[in-house]
Amino acid sequence: MKSDRIRKTTPRRTVARKLAPEVPNDIPHVAVAAAPGIEPATYREMLRFMVLTRELEDRIERKLYRQGKIVGGVYVGRGQEAIGVASCIQTEPEDVILPSHRDMGAFLIRGMSPRRILAQYMGRVDGYTRGRDGNMHMGDLDRGVIPFVSMLGDNVPVAAGVGIAFRNRKKPHVVLCYFGDGATSRGDWHEGMNLACVQKAPIVFICNNNQYAYSTPLDFQMAVKNVAQRALAYGIPGEIVDGNDVLAVHEAVRRAIDRARSGFGPTLIECKTFRMTGHSAHDDAGYVPEVLFKEWELKDPISRYRQYLVEHGILRQDEIEAMQTDAVREIDGAVEWAEKSPYPEPEDCLNGVYSEK
Amino acid sequence: MSQTTYLEAIRQGIWEEMERDERVFILGEDVGRYGGAFKVSAGMLERFGPERVLDTPISESAIVGAAIGAAYMGLRPIAEMQFIDFISCAFDQITNFAAKSRYRWGAGVPIVIRGPSGGGVHGGPFHSQNPEMYFVHTPGLKVVSPSTAYDAKGLIKAAIRDEDPVIYLEHKFLYRRVKEELPAEDYIVPIGKAAIRRPGTGMTVLTYGAMVYLALEAAAELVKEGIDLEVIDLRSLLPLDKETVLESVKKNSKVFILHEDTRTGGIAGEISAVICEEVFEYLDGPVLRITAPDTPVPYSPPLEEFFLPKVSDVMNTARRLASY
Repeated sequence: MKSDRIRKTTPRRTVARKLAPEVPNDIPHVAVAAAPGIEPATYREMLRFMVLTRELEDRIERKLYRQGKIVGGVYVGRGQEAIGVASCIQTEPEDVILPSHRDMGAFLIRGMSPRRILAQYMGRVDGYTRGRDGNMHMGDLDRGVIPFVSMLGDNVPVAAGVGIAFRNRKKPHVVLCYFGDGATSRGDWHEGMNLACVQKAPIVFICNNNQYAYSTPLDFQMAVKNVAQRALAYGIPGEIVDGNDVLAVHEAVRRAIDRARSGFGPTLIECKTFRMTGHSAHDDAGYVPEVLFKEWELKDPISRYRQYLVEHGILRQDEIEAMQTDAVREIDGAVEWAEKSPYPEPEDCLNGVYSEK
Repeated sequence: MSQTTYLEAIRQGIWEEMERDERVFILGEDVGRYGGAFKVSAGMLERFGPERVLDTPISESAIVGAAIGAAYMGLRPIAEMQFIDFISCAFDQITNFAAKSRYRWGAGVPIVIRGPSGGGVHGGPFHSQNPEMYFVHTPGLKVVSPSTAYDAKGLIKAAIRDEDPVIYLEHKFLYRRVKEELPAEDYIVPIGKAAIRRPGTGMTVLTYGAMVYLALEAAAELVKEGIDLEVIDLRSLLPLDKETVLESVKKNSKVFILHEDTRTGGIAGEISAVICEEVFEYLDGPVLRITAPDTPVPYSPPLEEFFLPKVSDVMNTARRLASY
């Protein structure tokens, strides 16, 4: 086996380089200029979902939480929207995703609605868990979304099982499994990766490496420099991609999905990004050097992508502005709807622990 | 008709369910080519193929997690813990992912997690445990513990067909020591139903697993002393068959509980509380417990023998209760 299984695509004239020349050297950039085979509609949809994701999460974190309308914790993916969107947009209806807590765009792409998501955050009966669970802990089997639990990395063995089921049943579907850098320290992550790779299950493992696990920076989290290096231990390709470049993520995931659907097993894609907030809404992230926020603000995935689309004549400025207006309007309506949703009946606490069949 | 061992009954039950329902598959360590450490899955790889008899790495958490994922996709996985002691490695997947799934988002997890439990074979602290109460304390799970070959087969079938996660605790001491003639036709033993192994009118002992035989042996002696013991085999610890338990207590007014699990937090305490809450006025004496002491399961024969409840313990407890 070759020792350089960590893919190092020759850097070309990438979106990332063009828009963010100040990317520090220790953040490898392997972005591809423009992903092949992207339909014009997909370019537009990716921006729409990124904008909608940010609007929804901004509303949750910066308004509803501060108004006391969110009853529990709030974890958002500001600055990381490209990852969930560019990956999940490529899924087919029968595919399955296991998102983590900073992948709101993936939930939206699978058709989970902002109004029910907001009801979920507010503990209302119309939330996806009818008030039993909060925030991003939501799923819908009919939409191929399996919710995660707070024990990060637990979704990796479960993803392995979904992938094994697909493979054993001769289904051509793939699994997208998401996690952060911190989750890769958990035993479940390693057990699940190992099993999935031994079984060559059709899975794309997507690491949302935002460089902090709560307050813990990467070098306190792992002795390797890149999460992708962990792929070596499992005999699969590990790829590093600029997680703030939606086209680069799209391209890397496209190849990994092809690989999975063709029976070659999992790929680990490490998306380098940055958490532009605290761990949760109550955390001011005072432990993160201010300079990092400033640096990564320049690499904001939405600004970069907007600029790319305008420069390449894919979307006009006024279309982009209309998209933003539409997102605000949609979330306005969703908030209004969610606030009208009732709380669950207290006695509903007792229902649904076991099957009633 | 030939006699079927407890071990073979489990194997037959799984085999028949795999024949009946192509969604059923097994996964675990050494279950395929080797046929399982105790040969519960012997011959299954040859019959059902590697896709339905999955040899896994030594990764209990991944075994259970993968079972959960496959169950979401409509399959019916049976996850083997090579020794049930190793179930602690999968505790998180069982208690956080599987047990809460239906309640959180309506997605049932029809999986069976099975493995050999119990002592009496000099397995030491890591091959002899009775981990039932970790799981009896977890809403969303079911926990069963057969004592006969008939029940071993009927309960594994019921567990496989159940819509919720079932922890199936087989007692390794009984694997080849217990045998009986089994019906040729398909049957299940419903989860949540206790069995009266020996009807009696003097007092009731509630027990399960290998301890059932201890109780029966003691009962045969006690009857000579005029103590007529009713032996109830709980079979299912979660849900508990309260109806059968409480009816017996109401009838006999004296009851003790016998289990191989350790004392503090064992199911005896829970059952005792239920009895006191619901039928206190029928009691003519204290609800007594016979359990293992609060220690790990020791290895050396004299230590393990001291650890495990004995027939003499049952007799002494029954005599004490009879004095009320």
